[in-house]
Amino acid sequence: MSKLKIRTKVAELGKGVRLSNVASRKYRDSDTATASQRAVADYKAYRYAKTLMLIVVALLCLVALGVDIGLGPYHIDFLDVYRAIFDRLGDWGGTMTTDEKVVWDLRMPRVLTALFAGMGLAMAGAAMQSMMKNPLADPYTTGISSGAALGATLAMTMGIFLIPGTFGTVVNAFVFALIPAGFIIAMSVYRKPSPAMIILSGISLMYIFNAIQSYLMLVADPNAASSVYAWTIGSLNQASWDNLPFIFCVSLLGGIALMYMARVLNTMNSGDAYSKSIGINVNRARIIVLVTISVVAAGIVSFTGIIGFIGLVGPHIARMFVGSDNKILIPAAGLMGAGLMLLADCVVQTVAETMPIGIITSIIGGPVFMLLILRQKREVW
Amino acid sequence: MTDIVIKDVDFGYSEDRIVLHDINLEIHEPGLYCIIGPNGVGKSTMVKCVSKIIEPLRGQVLLDGEDVAKMHHKDVAKKVGFVPAFSQDAFSMSVINTILIGRYNHQKWGSRQKDLEMVYKTMKLLHIENLGMRNYNALSAGQHQKVSIARGLVQEPAVLILDEPTANLDVKYQVYVMEMLRAIAIEKGMVIMTICHDLNITAKYAHQVIMLARPGRIHAVGPPDEVLTEENIREVYGINCRIVRDEEMDIPYIILGSAIMGAAEDYRNPSNGAPAPSFTLPLIYGEGVYPSNINANIQYIVWIQIVWGISPFINTFKNTRKDCLYR
Repeated sequence: MSKLKIRTKVAELGKGVRLSNVASRKYRDSDTATASQRAVADYKAYRYAKTLMLIVVALLCLVALGVDIGLGPYHIDFLDVYRAIFDRLGDWGGTMTTDEKVVWDLRMPRVLTALFAGMGLAMAGAAMQSMMKNPLADPYTTGISSGAALGATLAMTMGIFLIPGTFGTVVNAFVFALIPAGFIIAMSVYRKPSPAMIILSGISLMYIFNAIQSYLMLVADPNAASSVYAWTIGSLNQASWDNLPFIFCVSLLGGIALMYMARVLNTMNSGDAYSKSIGINVNRARIIVLVTISVVAAGIVSFTGIIGFIGLVGPHIARMFVGSDNKILIPAAGLMGAGLMLLADCVVQTVAETMPIGIITSIIGGPVFMLLILRQKREVW
Repeated sequence: MTDIVIKDVDFGYSEDRIVLHDINLEIHEPGLYCIIGPNGVGKSTMVKCVSKIIEPLRGQVLLDGEDVAKMHHKDVAKKVGFVPAFSQDAFSMSVINTILIGRYNHQKWGSRQKDLEMVYKTMKLLHIENLGMRNYNALSAGQHQKVSIARGLVQEPAVLILDEPTANLDVKYQVYVMEMLRAIAIEKGMVIMTICHDLNITAKYAHQVIMLARPGRIHAVGPPDEVLTEENIREVYGINCRIVRDEEMDIPYIILGSAIMGAAEDYRNPSNGAPAPSFTLPLIYGEGVYPSNINANIQYIVWIQIVWGISPFINTFKNTRKDCLYR
């Protein structure tokens, strides 16, 4: 009941925003307005309400960011965090106070990594679900996670690096995570890449990768095996200013690319035959979306390890609030994913600092998501 | 107005499974074209070839003299719109958003005023303007159908192809939709092709009827009066019928008789040559006549008795479980 009230209020607010527009007021209030103009104004108000919702979530994310940076053994107040950020931005070259050092050098990389990883994974997940027409899909559906894990395992246990150096493991994971996408592109020469085929080939690749990885871990030195295991859970401990630009680029550019494809994704939802009739080369579009998703997911996974759950649940929570129109859903999912990751990181920082974030996202997100499903009255799926 | 020429088209999923044979068809005038024929004869396949959803094995489809196979999907979509028979979206959007998809080729990222107004007018035309904010998957089958038709209409193509537009609609809207399509075809000079199963609706509204027969050939093309004859219907559908002319409305009316299963002659009464009843119940107990063979088939009767006897218990069991599950 209360939820309904809130929704109505938000819709009213949206109408209010829209009404400030002179043209719209003309359509809504004057007697000469035709029914169609009024209906259009209503629809636009509804769209504005949803956009407003996005802005609210974005602001909440910003708050969570501040809270998250403040948490830890050296506690900083919420407002002080932002003061430190603005002071530093205003006086870039100057000497840093302790607060600024903690905020900028110690915590900012981790928190921003959480933000962009969550955003990228959730956006990729939303696009993957729409493309596969399957609510169970997430960014890892095609076997990206197993590929990345295998790449990392090869580096950690056997010392096999594609590129030597500090980024050896990361590059290994990234390249191996892209193998499934390459495999599907190769297969699409012989057969049309239908959603079922993509999922099934992803699963078969996943089993192959897992088998090899399990064998490598069995024969490896226990310390190496344990570090591989820690890697597969996913954590933000590796975050640093050096890694951040890559994750930032991958998730932001990938997200923008996916938003650009939102209309195609909307159409693909109505079936392949209809999409073709409306002028979309479905097979090619599917490959392009798949490659984009793979690059986003692989880029994030190779730095943070396999953070599960966000890519599946972020989009679903967004769907509950904004519906399934990909034009709004993809940015909403991105914000939702970012928010969830920040919340999970807050929990990590208060409960146990060394805990991998992958565990927290699942253990807290699972029950919350279940509760949301149970309380859901509207038919979203 | 777009010319459609289908030239020597064969379609099949492989060389030994050809669905359509040697289709030749020319459409030069606007109007409502109804495609009729039995199940699985290739009606949908034929229209899908026109809108480049599938590509023929041999032959050409020409739109205004341009080969569809060489055109880009987008260019075909500007001329040909397609309304699929039934679609259930995995993740459904609101009805307005679903219909807006039809404006894909006309709009950029945002939805402009013009697109929205057009959507609203089309919804009003189909009397679904009050469903605008409803979720597409929450609608009934008939409402789905109307939304699909609206989505095809907002596309503003020169050729609109509808796969069974009257399926799932109630009688009033079957008539209304066909009347509307006929009016739109004349008024806007469009070619509207519909796949139809109701011969009387076809007879009443079609300008031209395209009749397909097994195995995937065009049997007859022409105005309803010429195509919907007793012989044609018997040959193509395997059903006896009688055609009456309604003087007042001046349209043929088809009264369907008995279905012809197998060779029709076998079922005729040998003494007077009267046609057999349309449907003979198959004999459950063996091949012979029921009473004389009863002893040979006594085992089936025993089994039926046993199953019948057990069934109440099974039902009770099921119900108990259901109670447990849902309590």
